[in-house]
Amino acid sequence: MSARDLFTFRNRHFSLGVGLTAAILVVTAIAGFIVLPFAQPWVQFANVWDAICSAAGVPQRAPSVDLTPDKRLSAVVLTSRTLPRPNQEAIGRGATLAQRCAICHGPTGISRADSPNLAGQYSAVIYKELHDFRSGARTNAVMTPFAVNLTDQEIADLSNYYAYLPRLPAYHPTPQLPKPNIVIYGAPMRGIAPCGSCHGSLDNKTGSPWLEGQSETYLKAQLQAFATSERRNDISQQMRNIARAMTPQEIDEAAAYYASQPPDVVKAVD
Amino acid sequence: MLANRKLILAHFWLAFAVFGVALTLGAWQMFIRSPIGTWLSNPELYYRSLTAHGTVMGYVFPTLVAMGFGYAISESALEQRLVGVRWAWAGFWLIVAGSVMAVIPVALGRASVLYTFYPPLIGSPFYYIGVVLVVVGSWIWVALMSINLRVWRKAHPGAPVPLAMFANVAGSYLWAWTAVGAALELLLQIIPVAVGLKATIDAGLARVFFSWTLHAIVYFWLMPTYIAYYTIVPRAIGGRVYSDTMARISFILFLVVAMPIGMHHTFADPQVGAGFKFIHSAFTALVALPTLLTVFTICASVEIAARLRGGRGMFGWIGALPWDNPMMLALAFSFVMLGFGGAGGLINMSYQLDTSIHNTQWITGHFHLIFGGAIVIMYFAIAYDLWPHLTGRELIDVRMIRIQLWLWFAGMIVTTFPWHWVGILGMPRRMAYFDFADSAIAPQALSVTFSAIGGFILLISGLLFLLILARGMRSPATEAGPYRFSLAVHQPVTVPLALNTHALWVTLMIALTVTNYGYPILTLALSQGTSVPAVYVGAQ
Repeated sequence: MSARDLFTFRNRHFSLGVGLTAAILVVTAIAGFIVLPFAQPWVQFANVWDAICSAAGVPQRAPSVDLTPDKRLSAVVLTSRTLPRPNQEAIGRGATLAQRCAICHGPTGISRADSPNLAGQYSAVIYKELHDFRSGARTNAVMTPFAVNLTDQEIADLSNYYAYLPRLPAYHPTPQLPKPNIVIYGAPMRGIAPCGSCHGSLDNKTGSPWLEGQSETYLKAQLQAFATSERRNDISQQMRNIARAMTPQEIDEAAAYYASQPPDVVKAVD
Repeated sequence: MLANRKLILAHFWLAFAVFGVALTLGAWQMFIRSPIGTWLSNPELYYRSLTAHGTVMGYVFPTLVAMGFGYAISESALEQRLVGVRWAWAGFWLIVAGSVMAVIPVALGRASVLYTFYPPLIGSPFYYIGVVLVVVGSWIWVALMSINLRVWRKAHPGAPVPLAMFANVAGSYLWAWTAVGAALELLLQIIPVAVGLKATIDAGLARVFFSWTLHAIVYFWLMPTYIAYYTIVPRAIGGRVYSDTMARISFILFLVVAMPIGMHHTFADPQVGAGFKFIHSAFTALVALPTLLTVFTICASVEIAARLRGGRGMFGWIGALPWDNPMMLALAFSFVMLGFGGAGGLINMSYQLDTSIHNTQWITGHFHLIFGGAIVIMYFAIAYDLWPHLTGRELIDVRMIRIQLWLWFAGMIVTTFPWHWVGILGMPRRMAYFDFADSAIAPQALSVTFSAIGGFILLISGLLFLLILARGMRSPATEAGPYRFSLAVHQPVTVPLALNTHALWVTLMIALTVTNYGYPILTLALSQGTSVPAVYVGAQ
């Protein structure tokens, strides 16, 4: 009893086993790579080789498809290495740069002008928005001129600086409102995930800002801008798809709810 | 002759203890997303629980059962003391260490990635390393099974390998090779990202690697069950195996065709060519063959028992079967669930039919019916059968055992049939919350409620099972005698070389893996620009 007795065509079990397996493989391969591709009348193949390549999944790109978007899209890629751990020096540089932001976003990162409060916002969020303002993926008459001349280093420094600032109570806290359905459950039948599943309250997803204590006017304006596609720097239309499906009442509720929350509750989900 | 009872008992007890925990989590999950539960408001807790449930039920529980049962088979079928007992303990402790290491980050919410990993979702590296340790621990068992068979062969040159051991080693080889896919995914792709060496991952390639593991793993789970069908049931009910050769053919067919079929899990994935999907679909159809052979052979074996007990007529013999024997009951339940589950599986493997149930609750229903139902009920039967030999004490309360098996069968049907149904209605799987107040899905509420009730029946049955085993540890001592396996009608005197060794079939298994997976993996690995940024669980 040895491998030589087993692996030889004189052994009929070997011949049968190998022969049957090979035969099944060949038949299924002919069916899968030649017969079935040609059985699709809506697909045209130049020759058999073309059909085989298509069935094998050889990467192909149709030459006629133009993938250039008509408007500028966000090109920011966030990885675990995008924003290295900040040092004191980077935060200091950011603080100096941030003086020009203070007129709208407040000297402590808390706005009195219905602009976003940036104190303690996630650095990835500020990083992405500044890049998008600079590239034109997001536009704003006031903000764009500030962003266009920033360097990559300055954007990183500003992101680290604002993320470093403590989250202070905003100027417009109303009594804390109960959580509306849209925040906590979303609207599953309209394909709306709960706001809280990305923006805090339930969970936080990378690249999503926390919203607690932000200006109600600002939040509402952004949701409306997403709904009308006036704002389009969300990746894969995540926010546009959600905002379009939201009712005006849900937009009001979500904005009012988040504006009424003190930002220190953000800590709970960090 | 079971010399290492402690080793085998340790495997079984750990397996069933973690099974009890995961079963409780499963029942809670059914409840919390059904209309009778109140929504938690935190989907993360649901996914945390789902990850723990899947990891334990998919990797830890069946692996430990296969290992414990494998050691028992090696000692009793070969009638020789286990070679490498220290290594066996090392494997056991590796699994303990791996499980603890994996479960801590899951409990902390740092690895809610589900047991199927789902890159680009990336959790704590400890979770993945823990899973790798579990697999490495089981590979020690694979090596030991092979070594023990080799030692036996040396002492018995040319003799037919006992069927139980032949099948057991086939199962271990299948596991060794099928685990390679997920191991490659973890070691080459996921762990480097999880520890921060890389920040992007090719999710498509990862899914192909995982499909390498994900289907054949089911046949690894199935092996102890099939071994029990052939080598325990006929003996337990007073019959004989109808054909020893047919049994061997079934096991080698599993070895050859269980492996190159995993891409039927990726029918909806764009990164795999349609030609390969077709080949995998065709080979999946072939996997039905060993199961049909088994059903035929076992029914014939059972008929022998019935006729020996005086059964007459075309179907009259069915009434003569020992229906009060727990093994008979378990086999019948297992076959019924295997029948329904298998029929559902034929739909899943059909390229076109799959599209209507892809990623719906149908799939969850399907694999719970096959694994949780047909397979696990035979794990119970194996434990009941082996227990007196392991503990030296009798399991006295047979009525309780029958109730437990009935409850498991009923619970599994009540759980999975509505699950299949709502899947056809389009209910997606892996969802933490459903708003049944909405008129569009309100009609599904009743089915989902039934399903959740089924989950609780299963929980009761599972706890009863643990109770029976625990009470069995304290019942009066008895001499159970040597552990025996079924005899065949014609006991093998000489077996052809090909049916007495695994080499040819392992070679075919590897060859088919190369033909069916080689090109898709190579093209994906070599294409540029197919990686996406990792999404870290719980990171900001």
